[in-house]
Amino acid sequence: MSEAKHGPDLDTPTGQTTTGHSWDGIKELNTPLPRWWLWTFYLTILWAVGYWIAYPAWPLIASHTTGVLGYSSRAELAQAMTALEARRDVQSAGLRQATVDQIAADPALTRMAIARGRAAFGDNCVGCHGQGGAGGIGYPNLTDDEWIWGGTLADIELTLLHGARWSQDNRTRTGDMLAFGKLGLMQRAQAESVVEYVRSIAGLDVERGADLARGRQLFVEHCVSCHGSEGKGNRTLGAPDLTDAIWLYGSSRTVLVETVLNGRAGIMPAWAGRLDPVTIKALTVYVHSLGGGQR
Amino acid sequence: MSMPAETDDDGPLYAPAPKVYPQSIAGRFRRIKTSLLIVCLGIYYILPFIRWNRGPNLPDQAVLIDFERKRLYFFFIELWPQEVYYLTGLLILAALTLFLMNAVAGRLWCGYLCPQTVWTDLFLKVERAIEGDRRERIKRDGLAWTLDTWARKITKHFLWLMIAWWTGGAWVLYFNDAPTLVRALTYFQAPVAAYAWIGILTFTTYSLAGHLREQVCLYMCPWPRIQAALTDADALNVAYRYDRGEPRMAVKRVALEHAAGRPAGDCIDCNQCVAVCPTGVDIRDGAQLGCIQCGLCIDACDQVMTKVGRATGLIGYDTEAAIAARACQAIPPKRRIVRVRTVLYAAIIALVGSAMLYQLATRQVLSVNVVHERTPLYTTLRDGSIRNAYTLRLANKQPEERFVAISLQDLSGADLTVAGAATTHGDPVVLVPADSTLEVRAFVSVHRRDLSAASQPITFIVTDVTAKTTARVRDNFFGP
Ligand code: SF4
Ligand code: SF4
Repeated sequence: MSEAKHGPDLDTPTGQTTTGHSWDGIKELNTPLPRWWLWTFYLTILWAVGYWIAYPAWPLIASHTTGVLGYSSRAELAQAMTALEARRDVQSAGLRQATVDQIAADPALTRMAIARGRAAFGDNCVGCHGQGGAGGIGYPNLTDDEWIWGGTLADIELTLLHGARWSQDNRTRTGDMLAFGKLGLMQRAQAESVVEYVRSIAGLDVERGADLARGRQLFVEHCVSCHGSEGKGNRTLGAPDLTDAIWLYGSSRTVLVETVLNGRAGIMPAWAGRLDPVTIKALTVYVHSLGGGQR
Repeated sequence: MSMPAETDDDGPLYAPAPKVYPQSIAGRFRRIKTSLLIVCLGIYYILPFIRWNRGPNLPDQAVLIDFERKRLYFFFIELWPQEVYYLTGLLILAALTLFLMNAVAGRLWCGYLCPQTVWTDLFLKVERAIEGDRRERIKRDGLAWTLDTWARKITKHFLWLMIAWWTGGAWVLYFNDAPTLVRALTYFQAPVAAYAWIGILTFTTYSLAGHLREQVCLYMCPWPRIQAALTDADALNVAYRYDRGEPRMAVKRVALEHAAGRPAGDCIDCNQCVAVCPTGVDIRDGAQLGCIQCGLCIDACDQVMTKVGRATGLIGYDTEAAIAARACQAIPPKRRIVRVRTVLYAAIIALVGSAMLYQLATRQVLSVNVVHERTPLYTTLRDGSIRNAYTLRLANKQPEERFVAISLQDLSGADLTVAGAATTHGDPVVLVPADSTLEVRAFVSVHRRDLSAASQPITFIVTDVTAKTTARVRDNFFGP
């Protein structure tokens, strides 16, 4: 720094004053800022003070200053949510009045139902049926064309409303795969035999030398009452088609034998009462749209 | 609040902005500036009212930024939000055009076209008409305010505010149907946002063009700093030809100096160039940040030179290289417009410009996007075939609704169904509304024996049934 001087230091070539700061003999010219710039700075400070008064600003020990305008982002959110609910109410009026079939016949209603159904599915159904209805072992895949209890809109809605094997609902879907082994109706060897026969009608490979005639005999005795004489299943009883490529629990011999000996009884809860009718209709249309929906 | 003591021994830290009283001047550059002012303002105010027929379903305003429907219309161009990259292209073009202008002839933008310059010029015209020219204004401001002064000042500010209000008024017309909005505005039925924006633009126009003027260029605008770094000795700039002007002296002294064998320059130090300067700088100090190169000092000096019977052009468009050469009696170098930087700028402009033109010319009015369903990746059907689900988004950028057929390529034995589609000639057909997108779910199934790999390419082709235009998109088909 240069020593204290009296009077501004003049830079000869430019005729401008310097700030008096010099580094290695290089001096900084003093180019004063216009005064209005300073005023705008003061103005921003004033603005900030106004802001403190108008809006929540300062943290206090247990709370904060609230501002005279009474603004709160929480209240704003609540307001936006109420507005959204109100708008949804208007939109869902159409869904409330229409039946699922009427919804499916109207493209605009269908779009709305699918959007709502997708959201509701994510909230309630993915736990068992998986994202997008992909299903899993023991939990039906909702995108394929095999339906245990039927794949029309009406079937799906009924299953949604009352569930399957849901004891608290007396309109629930019923029909069990008996535990033939546990009930003493079949021995393991018999079960293995019937399984070979079932694999043969399903187009799966059969063990060499298997006695299919015996298997068929057993099948006729025990299985046709539910699965039908050709093994095509019966949807009113929730008895699946045994001739197609879809297997809820898997098609390996071990799994099939286990199914025959111990039975199966997957449960789907009834959603009537838990979800409002509009949501159930939306879910119906959404599930129907996943790819397997039937007319 | 009193000003803090900003002065110490080293001079003031803040200074009041000196008031500039630009004097009126007639001449070549003044004429150019006035014509450009009329053209620019004319375009700005009239453009929103120009109509452009786009068919029954679309707005008929030639230039419209429609935020509500998320469209941008510019005569025959219609852009969707996903095409906003055109804006990037435009910005690149704008920047490079500025660079090129600067390398060829200095601050053409600042001097003639910048809204700050144009509106300030307009406000100055009003000021002159009401308060008189430079001398009168300086004199009036120096005296105590009389009734006449009050009347004039009030009239001036009123007119300024009216111009500013119209500036904002025209601004909002670019975002709404202009005639409708004008009607709504006059009956006070326009949306609050329209009034708010008019208010904001009134304020900015009034304060920037009326009060801050040259301060904007000196302290707020980044361009003078950037252009100072871009200019070079070969760029044309408004310049004082010091080789000819120095040493300055009064006309009467010239003979004396010559008699004494001393040189005498052509500048008579009349200060006319400073008096007319809208930013209040002295061009004779050389190229500087404050000079927006409006050319008015050229007009002023030419007038003076004519009066004293000397050749005009003591101030003029010239290059630093030429002036410096002449100052040491050398032959000035030939002016080089073709230089590395001008060629480079022009080349990039041409490149970006033609890329954009190509894009625009080949812009698809029908387009398709696809999202493959991931959960489940594929579904096994009862007969053992494998099905994949896709969401197709069809965009119809035409003013009429279109029937669009969807078909497949690349995957043999594939069966396509589209939810909600009718079928004609074997292909599913959907109706895409005018100027909108439609999302449909497409299912593709293939028998397992036809599948050769776990993942196979698949192409969706969408065809406008009427116009036969097509668009395609590729994805994959997955199996076990
Ligand atoms: S310096 Fe900036 S504001 Fe001033 S005329 Fe140039 S571009 Fe416009
Ligand atoms: S010095 Fe001359 S060219 Fe530059 S701003 Fe002033 S009048 Fe315009």
